[in-house]
Amino acid sequence: MGRRDIPEINAGSMADIAFLLLIFFLVTTTMDTPTGLMRQLPPKMDEVEPPPPVKERNIFSILVNANNELLVEGEMMELKNLRERAKEFIIGRQNVPNDERFPEFKATDIEFYGKGYPVSKQIISLQNDKGTSYGTYIQVQNELVAAYNEIRNEEAMRKFGVTFDRLVELEKEGDELSGRRVDAIKDVYPQRISEAEPKQVGKIPQ
Amino acid sequence: MSKFKKGGKRGGQAISTAALPDIVFMLLFFFMVTTVMRETELKIKVMIPKATELQKLERKSLVSYIYIGTPIPALQGQLGTAPRIQLNDAIKSPKDIIQFIEEEKEDIMEAERPLMTVSLKVDRDCEMGIVTDVKQELREANALKISYASSKTDNILNQGKQN
Repeated sequence: MGRRDIPEINAGSMADIAFLLLIFFLVTTTMDTPTGLMRQLPPKMDEVEPPPPVKERNIFSILVNANNELLVEGEMMELKNLRERAKEFIIGRQNVPNDERFPEFKATDIEFYGKGYPVSKQIISLQNDKGTSYGTYIQVQNELVAAYNEIRNEEAMRKFGVTFDRLVELEKEGDELSGRRVDAIKDVYPQRISEAEPKQVGKIPQ
Repeated sequence: MSKFKKGGKRGGQAISTAALPDIVFMLLFFFMVTTVMRETELKIKVMIPKATELQKLERKSLVSYIYIGTPIPALQGQLGTAPRIQLNDAIKSPKDIIQFIEEEKEDIMEAERPLMTVSLKVDRDCEMGIVTDVKQELREANALKISYASSKTDNILNQGKQN
C-alpha cells in the first residue's frame, strides 16, 4: 500500500560507479601465486646431538665454486649432465649391493611394497662457496629436485600405472588411496638434499 | 522535435540495461576478492631466478618474505652497491632477522606457527655468502621452512646468465 508513494530511485548511474571500481581493481590486481623451491633447514646445532656419521659411499657430494663450476663426486661436470648422474646415484644398484660407487640399502617396511623393501641410504650433499652466484645455486637445486621427481614419476608409473605428479593431484582432490601411494613412493625414494654447513674460514664455529 | 521522436520509436525498443550493474558488480567482486595489494616498496633490485620444479606456496598468510639484492640505482648513493637485505619496508642487517621472524610469528595463530614459511626472494646475480648468512640466522630463529622464490620456465639449461 505504502509502496505507491515512494518514487523509484534511478539506478542508471550505478553501473558507471561499479565500472569505475571494477577498472580500479582490474588494474591493481596481480594474479601470480608465489612459487619456489621448498626446503627444510636443519635445526640449530646445539639443540640436536651431532648426527651419526654417514658413510662416504652413501653421500653424493656436489661442490660449486666461486666460478660457478661443479665438482660432482670428485670430477668436474657440466650442469646439464648432473640430473642423469644424480638419478643413477639415487636409484643405486639393488642387485649389486656391494658396489662401492653406489649407496647402501636398508630394509624398510613400506605399504604396497611389503616388508623389508631395500631403500637406498642415499644423501645428496650440496656445498657452495661464498662467491657462488645464487642463480647457479638455484639451477643446481632445481636439477636435483628434477632428478627426484623424474625417478618418482618413473617408479609410480611402473608400480601404479600413473605418474607421481598425477597421484599428488589426486591426493589434493581428496583421494585417500592416492595419498597412501604418494607416501609409499616418498618412502621408497626419500628426497634427501643436505645443504651443508657453510665453511667459515678464519672463524671458530660456535 | 516531434519528428525525431517518431522516427526513433519506429526503429525498435530500447535494450534494457537493468541487468548491467549486476554483471559489473559480479566482476567487481571477483577482482576485489582476488586482488592483492602490493605491501612493500622494494628498495633493492630483485630478479628472482627461474626454475622448472616449482611448488606453490599454498597459504599466503603464513608466508613471510625476505628480499636480498643490490640497491636500486636511485638509492645506491645512500646504500652502496653491495647486496643488502630488506625486511618489510626497511633495509636491515642479518642480525635483525631473528626479531623480524619473531614479529611475523606473532601475527600467526599459535597452532599454525610450525607451518610458517619464509620465502627468500633473492636476486639471481647475488652471491651465496649473504644468502648463507640469512639461512644461518633463520636456523637460529627456528624458522626452518624456507622457499627459494623462483619463477616458472620451460628449460632451465637454455637460459643465459643474465636472462
